[in-house]
Amino acid sequence: MLNTLTLKKALDKIAKKELTAKQIIDDVKAEIEKRNGELNAYLTLNDNDTEIGNLENTTLKGLPIAVKDNICTRDLRTTASSTVLDDFKPQYDATISTKLKNAGGYIIGKTNLDAWAHGSSTETSQYGRTLNPRNLEHLPGGSSGGSAAAVAADLCIAALGTETAGSIRQPSAWCGVVGLKPTYGRCSRYGVIAMASSTDSPGPIAKTVEDAAIMLNTIAGHDPYDGTTTTKETPDFTSYLNQDIKGMKIGVIYTELEGLEDVSKILLDQVKVFEKLGATVETVKAMDPHHSIGVYTIVQRGEVSSNLGRFDGIRYGNDRSHFGHEAKNRIMLGTYTLSKGYADQYYNTAQKVRTLYIEDYKRLFEKYDVLISLTSPGFAKKIGASEGSAMFGELEDMLVEPSSIAGLPGISVPCYHDKETNLYLGMNIMAPMYREDLVIKVGDAYEKNSNWNSWRNK
Amino acid sequence: MSTKITNTQVQHIAKLANIPVSDEEAAKLAQGFEKTLETIADLKSIDTAGVTPTSQVTGLENVWREDIADEKRTFTQKEALANAKVTYNGYFVVPRLIKK
Amino acid sequence: MKKDYHLVCGMEVHAELKTESKMFCGCKNDPFGAKEPNIHTCPVCLGMPGALPVANKKAIEWTIKLGLALNCKINLFSKFDRKNYYYPDLPKAYQISQYDLPFCYGGVLETSFGPVGITRIHLEEDTGKLLHKNVDGKDLSLIDFNRSSVPLIEIVTEPDIKSPEQAKEYAKNLRDIIRYLNIGDCDMEQGGMRLEANISLQEDGVEGLPSYKTEVKNINSFRFMEQAIKFEMERQAEILDANGIPPQETRGWDAKKGITFAQRTKEDAADYRYFPDPDLAPIHLTEEFINKLKAELPELPVQICERWQKVFGVETRFSSLMFSLPSEAEWLEKLFVLAQNKNLDSNKLAGSIVNKKFTFNFGDAPEEILKKFAELGQTDEIKDDDLLDAIKKVIANNGDALAKYKAGQTQLLNFFFGQTMKELGKKVDVAQLRKLLETELGK
Repeated sequence: MLNTLTLKKALDKIAKKELTAKQIIDDVKAEIEKRNGELNAYLTLNDNDTEIGNLENTTLKGLPIAVKDNICTRDLRTTASSTVLDDFKPQYDATISTKLKNAGGYIIGKTNLDAWAHGSSTETSQYGRTLNPRNLEHLPGGSSGGSAAAVAADLCIAALGTETAGSIRQPSAWCGVVGLKPTYGRCSRYGVIAMASSTDSPGPIAKTVEDAAIMLNTIAGHDPYDGTTTTKETPDFTSYLNQDIKGMKIGVIYTELEGLEDVSKILLDQVKVFEKLGATVETVKAMDPHHSIGVYTIVQRGEVSSNLGRFDGIRYGNDRSHFGHEAKNRIMLGTYTLSKGYADQYYNTAQKVRTLYIEDYKRLFEKYDVLISLTSPGFAKKIGASEGSAMFGELEDMLVEPSSIAGLPGISVPCYHDKETNLYLGMNIMAPMYREDLVIKVGDAYEKNSNWNSWRNK
Repeated sequence: MSTKITNTQVQHIAKLANIPVSDEEAAKLAQGFEKTLETIADLKSIDTAGVTPTSQVTGLENVWREDIADEKRTFTQKEALANAKVTYNGYFVVPRLIKK
Repeated sequence: MKKDYHLVCGMEVHAELKTESKMFCGCKNDPFGAKEPNIHTCPVCLGMPGALPVANKKAIEWTIKLGLALNCKINLFSKFDRKNYYYPDLPKAYQISQYDLPFCYGGVLETSFGPVGITRIHLEEDTGKLLHKNVDGKDLSLIDFNRSSVPLIEIVTEPDIKSPEQAKEYAKNLRDIIRYLNIGDCDMEQGGMRLEANISLQEDGVEGLPSYKTEVKNINSFRFMEQAIKFEMERQAEILDANGIPPQETRGWDAKKGITFAQRTKEDAADYRYFPDPDLAPIHLTEEFINKLKAELPELPVQICERWQKVFGVETRFSSLMFSLPSEAEWLEKLFVLAQNKNLDSNKLAGSIVNKKFTFNFGDAPEEILKKFAELGQTDEIKDDDLLDAIKKVIANNGDALAKYKAGQTQLLNFFFGQTMKELGKKVDVAQLRKLLETELGK
């Protein structure tokens, strides 16, 4: 059962020569063999084992990492969960794939997602839905549902996902794992199949905050091939673990929203952990997140309509008749809102409201070091819930959308476990641009001072 | 507020988007658009007078590269064509575009 | 009813920049030199999933330099936008271009027919190249992406062009400046420079712009440009005479038949859905940056010719034909300085060079050239006596004209001039002939 190890524990054991990466990979593979048929977390497994071995002096020491299937991996099939790319084996690696390999990560397989990352359920994958390993009647969330499920079911040691508005944090919350959405521009998008270019952010999904910090270390940093990456220095994110949070100011938002009374009560109860650790905690009103649905929908559909234009079947993949209904829906709505006579009414207005959110966060961060909300308005929904709802994801992701369109970093840490359903709630910790240090520090403090984390002792 | 999307509009958008859409599908899509536009109609109620639109959150400016031929990423012809369904003598191929 | 019309014409010229690397990636910018198709491509210019552009700084600088050379104002804040449309030679299904904030705007280019206002100059990327071919009985279009994402500038004028001849001169002058700045080769045959004209006619005496325009695209020579405009003027005049209005449309040029033909009407005009490219940070320039580029600009041909006129007395009708590169201008300047020091007539020297009275190469020693020039002066091709004989003969045969000349119609001098040349059957020294003619006619 070495597959249940956290990344940190596995690294320690390999360093002490108690274990080899190969042994862990074997256990992970055995578990995949056993469970993937049912969960459908992986679409493609990497059968190229020659990469393993001689990686013991690297950061990740050859440990098996799952990679979302919208991240290009050279010679390893990459589909974005759409049959348009059914047979696509990229001729190049995404920068984060290169970084992961250089850090000694072994890409064990490519994980399922909502086709083109359009969705929050992993139900719109053209290769079938992924199930929530915590409760098979429920969805894993999405779009990084395959990565979150793979981590939750111990089918990997850690994973990479991508988030545009909730796609890392929401499935992490639903699957009861940790998801870190870095600042927009902290991790390179080069080679990540573009969804909404102005918000796409790759990041780790892991078993603990510490694991997420180790993973972020391997993929963060300026990339000359992505002109939107920051040139700011990349700190050692693990240096913010086990820190004192005494004196920090924490604002809790969105607890007043209608319909969230029960789950908000849980959140307000959990943030007391921070008070015990010497931080001040206050509830505060932020700009109504409902408007972010409109902003995100318009910006995302517009950018999607442009980004998915290149899939014409000439240079790679199949022709455009292979797009599923949801992709067609988004491409065409985006085409409409960008077209003559409508752009001002939709796209330009959305970009202005986006500015208002950014300004609202600036106002809040003058007073608070971090802001906390729930990640998702509730527990994982039952399978089939997304079907027939064009706006399923936007509504499910409403609490993380404002910070996504503002580019802010955030982490979702499990904060409640429902014994009856075996499902989780996630706490979303947000900080100003490039302040992943704060979300790691506060997330780690919470995780280590609450009493339910199942992996902590493994 | 509701926005009516006609079938003709959907077909026009489909043409712009280069996506083949059947009439049946067009009707379904039109319905979805109307619903989505209704859900986001609240945006219009927000006062955005004098607000600068944000198309980039990084605040970065003047990100450019020096003019150096850096062929590290350049594909060989074989690599470039590796994923294409149809090729001919080093070219990508489509049915003839311009009528003779 | 036949009416009189005048041409209202604006031009759009595309020119590739000859940077080392492409506009948004490091691939070699050498589409014409490539021996094989698809050998200068990478994830970016092939539009692979996930690939991202990063702008070429030199291409931006060169665009601004051209703008400065054309007296444009420079937008201190600009950006790149996506122009969305589908065509197999456009791998991303959008072209990175500039929509509402081009780098340069509001300039002017002089022609001998009057100034042509430059509306804007923007920077974008070129498409791949298509080759239409029949292979094993199948009609195919083959695509080569070596040209994909090569930096391309578009220069758009005001509707200031009043004649086909002016259109041709404008385009030639523009090409000369681009070459002079050494930023583009403007090889028309290869497609390194491509011409488009927006053509309409306005009735004489009517104020304002016409209510329609036709766009003639894909013209690959100056001569064709002139012909296409002439053709359109006739075609449109016929429609207008029949009380019609030419449809707003895009037309192609058929060089073989010498006609334009309809390609696309306004009804299916493209809707490009421009929006700022989120992958490219906006460009924020400083006055300092622009001043530095200004300082790097060479003295431009028009300025050089004006100065030479003042300093050396060289007429611009000669000097404007003498050089096309800064190094050539420098060499000529040295030559004229030396001639001046030796009290030689620089204008005559320039005339001899233009009229190919002797051979030379740029870079030859100026002393050698002056020696050849001096030799030219000593060995007159035609002796004064022979010239006189010819003049006398012409005068004798044209008594009427002589009478009119003497009565004050001095413009007839040119007639006698021409007749004498004809009589001699040779080109003669203009000054020499004029002097003798005037003397003889005055007798």
